[in-house]
Amino acid sequence: MAVHQNRALDDVNPLMAEFLEMDMKKHLLALAVMAMSAVAVQADTLDKVKASGSITMGVRDSSGALSYTLGDGKYAGFHYEICQRIIGNVEKAVGKKLDVKFQSVTSQNRLPLVQNGTVDIECGSTTNNAARQKDVAFVVTTYVEEVRIAVKAASGITSIAQLKDRNVATTTGTTSVQLLRKHERANGIDFKEVFGKDHADSFLLLDSGRADAFVMDGSILAGNIANAKNPADFKIVGEVLSVEPIAIMIRKDDPAFKKLADDTVRDLVKSGEMAKLWDKWFLQPIPPKNVKVGLALSDSTKAAWANPNDKPAEDYAKK
Amino acid sequence: MTWDWQVFLQDDGSGRTYLEWMLEAWRWTLAVAGSSWLVAMVVGAVVGTLRTLPNRPVVSALANAWVELFRNIPLLVQIFLWYFVVPKVFPAFQKVPGFVLVVFGLGFFTSARIAEQFRAGIQALPKGQRYAAMAMGFTTAQSYRYVILPMAFRIILPPLTSESMNLLKNSSVAFAVSIAELTMFAMQAQEETSRGIEVYLAVTALYAVSAFAVNRVFALIEKKMRVPGFIVSGGTGGH
Repeated sequence: MAVHQNRALDDVNPLMAEFLEMDMKKHLLALAVMAMSAVAVQADTLDKVKASGSITMGVRDSSGALSYTLGDGKYAGFHYEICQRIIGNVEKAVGKKLDVKFQSVTSQNRLPLVQNGTVDIECGSTTNNAARQKDVAFVVTTYVEEVRIAVKAASGITSIAQLKDRNVATTTGTTSVQLLRKHERANGIDFKEVFGKDHADSFLLLDSGRADAFVMDGSILAGNIANAKNPADFKIVGEVLSVEPIAIMIRKDDPAFKKLADDTVRDLVKSGEMAKLWDKWFLQPIPPKNVKVGLALSDSTKAAWANPNDKPAEDYAKK
Repeated sequence: MTWDWQVFLQDDGSGRTYLEWMLEAWRWTLAVAGSSWLVAMVVGAVVGTLRTLPNRPVVSALANAWVELFRNIPLLVQIFLWYFVVPKVFPAFQKVPGFVLVVFGLGFFTSARIAEQFRAGIQALPKGQRYAAMAMGFTTAQSYRYVILPMAFRIILPPLTSESMNLLKNSSVAFAVSIAELTMFAMQAQEETSRGIEVYLAVTALYAVSAFAVNRVFALIEKKMRVPGFIVSGGTGGH
C-alpha cells in the first residue's frame, strides 16, 4: 500500500509537467495555424517577394524536357527557363535582385505547396484543368501535350484501332489510364492494359515485349525513345488521342503577378524567343546526356501560342 | 480543408463508380494476399522443418540456402526479377501472368521468414520431446507429425499472426507488376479525381480492416488450438 502511495506522489510532478507541456504545444499549434492562414491569405506574390527578398520556384526532378534536375540541386528545362524569364521581370517590378530558391515538387504535393505559399511559381508539367482552377491559377498555356502511341518500329502498328485485344502499357497515376478506359467504352473495343509504376517502367514493358504499345504524353514518349539503347527500334504512331494544356502554376486571386507572368509569356511569343526556346529544349541536344528529345513543335502548341489563353483541358476536349 | 466523399460515386469513365472500382481493387488485394499466404505457409513449413532435420546436412543446407536467398533480396527487387529479368533468360516465363508471378514472388519471400519461425518453434521445444518420441519407437517422420510440429505450430502462432498481417500489407507491391489492387487504385484515383486525401483515407481503412481481420482470425485459432498448461495458454501465461 505504502509503495503505491509513494508512487502516486512521485507522479505528481511529471504529470504537471506534462500538462504544462501540452498547454504549450496547444499554443504552438495555434501559432502554427495562424501562421499558415496568414500565408494563405497573402495572395499578393509581388508584395511577398519584395518583403522577403526571395522567391521559390517549384521544379520537377524528371518531367521530360519541361523541367528536370541536373543533379546537385540544379534544374533545367523549357518551363524552367520560361520561369527564369518571369522571375527576371518580377525583379524589375519589385526593383531588387531576388534570391531564387528551388523546391522539388511531385504530382501529389504540387497543388498544396502552391496554395500554402511554400512555392510561389510552379514550373513543371502541370495540366491546366477545371478541377485545379478551383484551387490555383495558371499562366497562359506554354505547351500543349498530345497523348500518342509508341510502338516498336517493326510491329507494323499504325493506329489505335490495331491495338484491339493487345497489351497496351501506360503509367499508373496518369490521365492516360482514364483516357484508355474512356476510349474502350466509347468504341466498344478492349485493350489488355498493363501498368508501369513509372514511365521508365512502362517503357521497359514495351521494350521487353510485355506490351505492344505505350500510350502516354508525346514528350515523355519522345524522351524515353531518345534515351533508349537503340532509338531507331521505336516510333510514335497514330492519331492524337487527347490534348492537354500544360502551364506554369501560380496562386489563385493574384491578378498583378498573373498579369506580369502572362505578359512575359506573350512577349516571348511575340519576339520569336519562344520558338527559339522550343528549338533549344526539344530539338537540340540537351544536358546532362546531350541527347535530343526530337519533338517537333505541334500544331496544338502553335495554336496556343498564337492565341495566348489559360483555358482548362475541358475546353480542349470540346473541340 | 473541405471533404468531398461524393467523389466515390463519380463515374470513372468506364461506367463504374470509384467505389465499385475500389471494392474490386480490394478483392485483388485479398486474392494476391490469400494466394501468396498459401504458398508461403506450405513452402515455409516444409523448408523450416527441413532445416531442423537431424543427420541430414545436405537437405538442411539446401533449406538454409532457400531462406538466405529469399530473405536477403528486397521484396520489390524480387518482384522485378521475376517480372523482367527471368523472362529474358527463360522466354517461356513471358507467358506467365503477372498475378501468378507476384503470388509466387511474394509467397517465396514470405516463406523464408515463415521457415525461420518454424525452425525457431521447433528448436524452442525441450529436447525431451524429441527423445520421448524416439523412445516410443516413432520414425523421424512420425515424431515430427505427431509430437514436434503440433507443438511448434502452437508456439509460433503469435509471430505467424504478424507475418500474415505483413503479407497482406506487402501485397501492395503487386501494383508494380500491373495488378489493379488497392495501392494502384489509390495512385490512379487520386490523380483522376484530385481528391487524394479522401482516396488514401478510404484505402488506408480497407488495409487496416483487412489486416485486423487476419489478426482476429489468428486470435481465434490461437484460442481454439491451445493446449491447457502449455506455452500459449494466453492470459495467465507460462507453464
